[in-house]
Amino acid sequence: MNLKEAVKKSKAYLCLECGKCTGICPISKFNRGYSPRILVNKTLRKNDTTLLKDKNIWNCLTCRLCDEQCPADIDYIELTQAIRIEAQRIGEEAFCSHGGAAQSLMRIMTSESLQQKRLDWIDKNLKVAGTGEVLYFVGCLPYFDALFTETGVETLRAARATVKILNHIGVTPVILHQERCCGHDLLWSGDLENFKKLAEQNINEIKKCGAKKIIFSCPEGYRTFKLDYPKYFDCDFEVQYITDVISEAISNKNVKFKDFNKTVTFQDPCRLGRHLGVYDTPREAITTIPKIQFIEMPRTRNRAICCGVSAWMNCSTFSKSIQLMRLKEAKKTGANLLILSCPKCEIHFNCAMKDEKAGKDAKIETIQLVTLVADAIEE
Amino acid sequence: MNNNFQPKIIAFCCNWCSYPAADAAGISRLQYPANIRIVRVMCGGRVTTGLVLKAFELGADGVLIATCHFEDCHYLFGAKRASEVHKITEKLVQILGIEPERLRLDWISAAEAPKFAKVVKEFVEAVKKVGPSPIRKKVTDDKYQIPEEIK
Ligand code: SF4
Ligand code: SF4
Ligand code: SF4
Ligand code: FES
Repeated sequence: MNLKEAVKKSKAYLCLECGKCTGICPISKFNRGYSPRILVNKTLRKNDTTLLKDKNIWNCLTCRLCDEQCPADIDYIELTQAIRIEAQRIGEEAFCSHGGAAQSLMRIMTSESLQQKRLDWIDKNLKVAGTGEVLYFVGCLPYFDALFTETGVETLRAARATVKILNHIGVTPVILHQERCCGHDLLWSGDLENFKKLAEQNINEIKKCGAKKIIFSCPEGYRTFKLDYPKYFDCDFEVQYITDVISEAISNKNVKFKDFNKTVTFQDPCRLGRHLGVYDTPREAITTIPKIQFIEMPRTRNRAICCGVSAWMNCSTFSKSIQLMRLKEAKKTGANLLILSCPKCEIHFNCAMKDEKAGKDAKIETIQLVTLVADAIEE
Repeated sequence: MNNNFQPKIIAFCCNWCSYPAADAAGISRLQYPANIRIVRVMCGGRVTTGLVLKAFELGADGVLIATCHFEDCHYLFGAKRASEVHKITEKLVQILGIEPERLRLDWISAAEAPKFAKVVKEFVEAVKKVGPSPIRKKVTDDKYQIPEEIK
């Protein structure tokens, strides 16, 4: 897709220049130099040669907050994706956080001869299979667990919790030895070529193991399989997010929970919420646990504020400001536990809490939704 | 195994210890295999996980990180930091399925030219034994091509 097509598809030409997007954008709030309105405008300008070289195109979190209330219904994030793909083609690049470690991991995974050893986390009490109907797509959790140990977040707990939940409701999920990164981050940073390589390998591996249905604990993987893979490949897997699975189990009375005496709040991940519209089942999973006190943050559901970084790029003081603002909002609800359902949200928020500037009013314990549910299951 | 296999190895050497050690090894005509490409860094602490992974991504068969001994680091905490970061990198390399022999951290002071030659010899031998890197990627990106003038 070239830029012209992207403008057509995203309907950017309808822009009214109302500036609502810039008004609500969390990046623009702190970074005065960034404005989605101006970028849309630049894209529409004839003979503009500066757009692809503009560093601002890498700032967007693709959180979709602006799209939610654009009066012209413009798909700004799709436009952003197309702009980045074009920019990458002429050799432009985002600033990679963590020295590009995450991006290198993903690009290394495009190599077909790689024989990963990514299943060390599976304990003896977890039941998994090599072939079967239902697959659990673990995603990059093993890598994040190692790369971000210094934030104190153990992302693999979510993987164990997911398998535990699935086992409890009678599912023995397939887990792939040679699963690759889903490619989400490469796609959103404009590296279409390597995204396709990863996607192809995943699709082949899944076809080989015979799975018809794929379950995700990571919202980004879910989005990528649901919306992006079908764009480029023919794949007819059924995909499902883990909270939808939990919700089914609750209505079938397949699962019972112990009391959990804590006041909690929930962060909607952009990919799960605004990208895919999954708002209710995470809340259902939380509120079904007895004795739990659930309080919503003021900006919640489709108004939720993003965790401040996407695709491991352009992390900056602006990201930190967004994170601290959001953490304060969570803390102010009176909750003492912040529930997250995206592993990256947990990493970014915990990283922000380690910041010198983070006061007591921004410090709150975090937990993954699946971990909470798995711990609350009555055996 | 192909006996003629000549591994490509990236060696990150600290400006204050290991790089002078490599220099001194050359001056004293100590022999060591020519498989290493030295990247000079101002301190071992500069060698992030990202740099090491980038080397592997671009097809390095091995990566050697040579820093000062902890107490000699010019910037006090850099060499220690290098070893902390190294632990994370090691773990990632293991999950990726890259053989552990391909990654090594060592401490070589400016006065230890013989040690430098020895470490390089050992490392090249070890990498030769495990063979070419599983990451066989054609580098098509212009940015990573060797410019004509230094070829
Ligand atoms: S909110 Fe929509 S119409 Fe208004 S400036 Fe932004 S993109 Fe244009
Ligand atoms: S998607 Fe989010 S970060 Fe990007 S311009 Fe819109 S509101 Fe700002
Ligand atoms: S906020 Fe996230 S991307 Fe930024 S430094 Fe922390 S962990 Fe890295
Ligand atoms: S100066 Fe050599 S490791 Fe820091």
